[in-house]
Amino acid sequence: MIARLLDRNPRLANWVWGFTPPERGTVVLVHRRVYIVPTRLGWLFGATLTILLIGSINYALALGFGLTFLLAGMGIAGMVHTARNLARLAVSAGRAEPVFAGDSAQFRLYLDGRVAFDRPAILVRHLASGAQLVLDVPAGGVGEVVLQVPAAQRGWQALGRVMLETRFPLGLFRAWSYIEPEARCLVYPRPERSKLPPPSAEAGHGAMRTATVGNEDFAGLRGYQASDSPRHVAWKAVARTGDMLTKQFAGESGAELWLDWQLLPGALPLETRLSRLAGWVVEAERGGALYGLRLPGVEIAPAHGDAHRAACLQALALFKLA
Amino acid sequence: MKALPHPLAPELRAVSTRDLLWLIGSLVLVIAPHALRAPWWLTLLTLCLYAWRLYLTLQRAPLPSRWLVLAVAAVALLALWVEFRTLFGRQPGILLLVVFSGLKLLETRTHRDAAVAAFLAYFLVITNFLYTQSMLTAVLMALSLLATTATLVGFAAPHRESRANLRTAGVLLAQGVPAALVLFLLFPRVQGPLWGLPQDAYAGMTGLSETMSPGTLSNLAQHDAIAFRAEFEGDAPLHALRYWRGPVLWDFDGRTWSIGPEYRGTPPLPTEGRATYRYAVVLEPHNRPWLFALESAASIPDRARLTFDGQILSTTPVRSRLRYDLVSIIAPEPPRTEVRGAISRALRLPEGFNPRATALAAQWQASANDEEIVLRAVEFLRAGRFTYTLEPPLLGLHTVDEFLFDSRAGFCEHFASAFTFLMRAAGVPARVVTGYQGGDLNPYDRIVTVRQWDAHAWSEVFINGRGWVRVDPTAAAMPRRVESGLARAVPENAAMPLMMQERMEWLREVRNRWEAVAHKWNVWVLGYNPERQRDLMQWVGIRDADWRALTAVLFSILGVITLGLLVWSLRRLVRPDPVQKAWRAFCAKLARRGVERAPHEGPRDYTARAARSVPDARRMILSIGELYIGLRYGAQSSASRVARLQRLVRALRVS
Repeated sequence: MIARLLDRNPRLANWVWGFTPPERGTVVLVHRRVYIVPTRLGWLFGATLTILLIGSINYALALGFGLTFLLAGMGIAGMVHTARNLARLAVSAGRAEPVFAGDSAQFRLYLDGRVAFDRPAILVRHLASGAQLVLDVPAGGVGEVVLQVPAAQRGWQALGRVMLETRFPLGLFRAWSYIEPEARCLVYPRPERSKLPPPSAEAGHGAMRTATVGNEDFAGLRGYQASDSPRHVAWKAVARTGDMLTKQFAGESGAELWLDWQLLPGALPLETRLSRLAGWVVEAERGGALYGLRLPGVEIAPAHGDAHRAACLQALALFKLA
Repeated sequence: MKALPHPLAPELRAVSTRDLLWLIGSLVLVIAPHALRAPWWLTLLTLCLYAWRLYLTLQRAPLPSRWLVLAVAAVALLALWVEFRTLFGRQPGILLLVVFSGLKLLETRTHRDAAVAAFLAYFLVITNFLYTQSMLTAVLMALSLLATTATLVGFAAPHRESRANLRTAGVLLAQGVPAALVLFLLFPRVQGPLWGLPQDAYAGMTGLSETMSPGTLSNLAQHDAIAFRAEFEGDAPLHALRYWRGPVLWDFDGRTWSIGPEYRGTPPLPTEGRATYRYAVVLEPHNRPWLFALESAASIPDRARLTFDGQILSTTPVRSRLRYDLVSIIAPEPPRTEVRGAISRALRLPEGFNPRATALAAQWQASANDEEIVLRAVEFLRAGRFTYTLEPPLLGLHTVDEFLFDSRAGFCEHFASAFTFLMRAAGVPARVVTGYQGGDLNPYDRIVTVRQWDAHAWSEVFINGRGWVRVDPTAAAMPRRVESGLARAVPENAAMPLMMQERMEWLREVRNRWEAVAHKWNVWVLGYNPERQRDLMQWVGIRDADWRALTAVLFSILGVITLGLLVWSLRRLVRPDPVQKAWRAFCAKLARRGVERAPHEGPRDYTARAARSVPDARRMILSIGELYIGLRYGAQSSASRVARLQRLVRALRVS
């Protein structure tokens, strides 16, 4: 009931949780944001203490009182330690590499202990997907977790709410805190495998040495350009001569391939179109062709290389979303 | 949200070999003191159960079925019943728990079960206190707590080094001490018990009883258990004057003296005598109502009363260590009157016993008055070459005759019994008084320790015009007994407790020192009861401390302690970086001027931009930027540079 109330009133939720999502930069878990309650084991411990106390009273056991109260004091200290295990932990999000829809977005979180003691057994749990990991943050060091959050839809996927929880050291108390760091992952459309369209007729101004496209016959070496894929760098030649050289394949240089929105059947729904285009981009890049992308309102000039591929896929991912 | 298994939930975390080893180690430590009292088979069975569980884990074998575990439990129950003929006493109940610790391990799969087993270990620690609460026990308790707590920490942090977990457990326990101390002192104490205790709850307490027959005291004198300790204000009286009065025995059936019915009335307390002593007695529990006082008591402790024959009785049997303050007067003027019926009772003898002694007494009665009869009897014992022995020969029907005329060897109960019999037979009212005589004065803390081997019996005779007068027939026959104790009174090679033998002087030295410490422990730790709590409250200025006041004080102090712990935990966390603080102040100052730092803007760009927008403070801004960059990102960090940065930021005027 309370959860629903908070869902409906984001401002109330922000006040309750003590922060306004998403949080930029490093999130520090101040005390205000760390909650703590006894666990079931904690209640059981309390019941044990009660029995010990009654026994001590009944048999007038001075040492029994000593034991009971020492355990009680230990429980209190344990509570403080549990809260301390999360207190002022600094969480920052790392870069998440783009993924295709249907894969898992790899959100990287860095838990900086910032203190001279270690913080063992901290659970990091992505609330929406349930992705979770337990890690120990070493003394004075940084712990790293990768949350594998399923990416269902293209576009920017925000990390969302993450819970940090710990029961260290005694398991009698459970301390937790919610964070929502500003971290997002670009999700490309799910690539659909299909045959590449033929090179367009516009490619007339290029010197077409061969008509075959996608042929990967080695044709020679040329000087390295910044946009060349590392896969095509002739590393053996580089090692021999010291110059960066790029392998050229027959059919690559001349064939300009336009991956055009218009080439697809008009009846195709938007997402399917984008999927097919994404598949073409992947395929064209793999084939080593020079390819360009044309969408309604977007045109990316033919080129090739990882940066070009990323630009094309990003355009597809964000198409009509902004 | 999907309900995924929670990786921190103890129900879902399987115990590892390391967890199990720690748990078993803690349990072994906890049951070790129980093993001293348990039947050997039970200890063996429990250890076998532990070993079995460990073996299963090492072999990666499945745990035994529930039925097998139940069968083992049933066999253990049956064996315990055969051993004790009951399962509900204290001892069988505790031993059952010991076995259960092994059975619990056999069904322990997850951390939840393991944690329950650890709580059981805590419980087993406390059951040991029913038998002993010595300092050694306390040390063992601390060790067991440390091991068990480290086990629990291990459950919560399975990937952490065991050493680190042990250290965490130590820190937790150490931090629990202040709260424990406050709780111990202030938790409202209630005088137990809250309900009826098992029959055998007070078994094994030694001490004087309501009756005395030949052999009673000589048996008791073989025990070295402490009866009580007395702490005198000023000097303690001499050994020969230390008669600690206990039960008074009136009725004789030919063999056994017993207390008999109590009469109405109380004698007046003495007011003056040869010397007055003020002292506190710490009485060990003996499960009887009587309290011991140096003859003759001139005050009555709280919750105790005086009987018609001068015994001090507590309102309840003494079942826990009891401390009371007393004033005693040595050799007071005895009351000259006696309650009705007491005199005739002090003359009553059973028919048909001890003809020879009766004849001797009749002979005295014919020729002397009461006082002369007493003197003649004392003289008879002194001249009779009696032997004082801890192993008196067994006596037949006429115990007094056989002792006086045949065996001539006995312990103080023989002397007291024979003398009192002679008095009564000669028409002098007499009664037997049991108690303790002497006690060791510990030179280190000036405390007189009275042990069971100081148990003694003597007589009191009623002389017209003088009242009840103490006569110690043992002292008459064996003066050394009361002058310097049992050890010098019995022959050298007699069987005696080791510690009492003369050549064990150095051992007694060690023992004296140890006991001085143990006494403090008894008084200050074990003897802390509702009265002492009230005294403490009064001492700190809280009068009429009822449980409400105590609870209020308690919780406020506990709150302060928890806050203190929080502050301690934050001390190492919130350590504001002075450089960062100065930089923030600098940014805030510029922001007021309208030059706000963009989130992406590094210090170099920001200070450059700020210097352009605030040209009048240009140099200052740039040097602040340089200093900050140097301190924050460079290798140069010195206190003087930090101070300079702070000074510059303070001095910066931008408005």
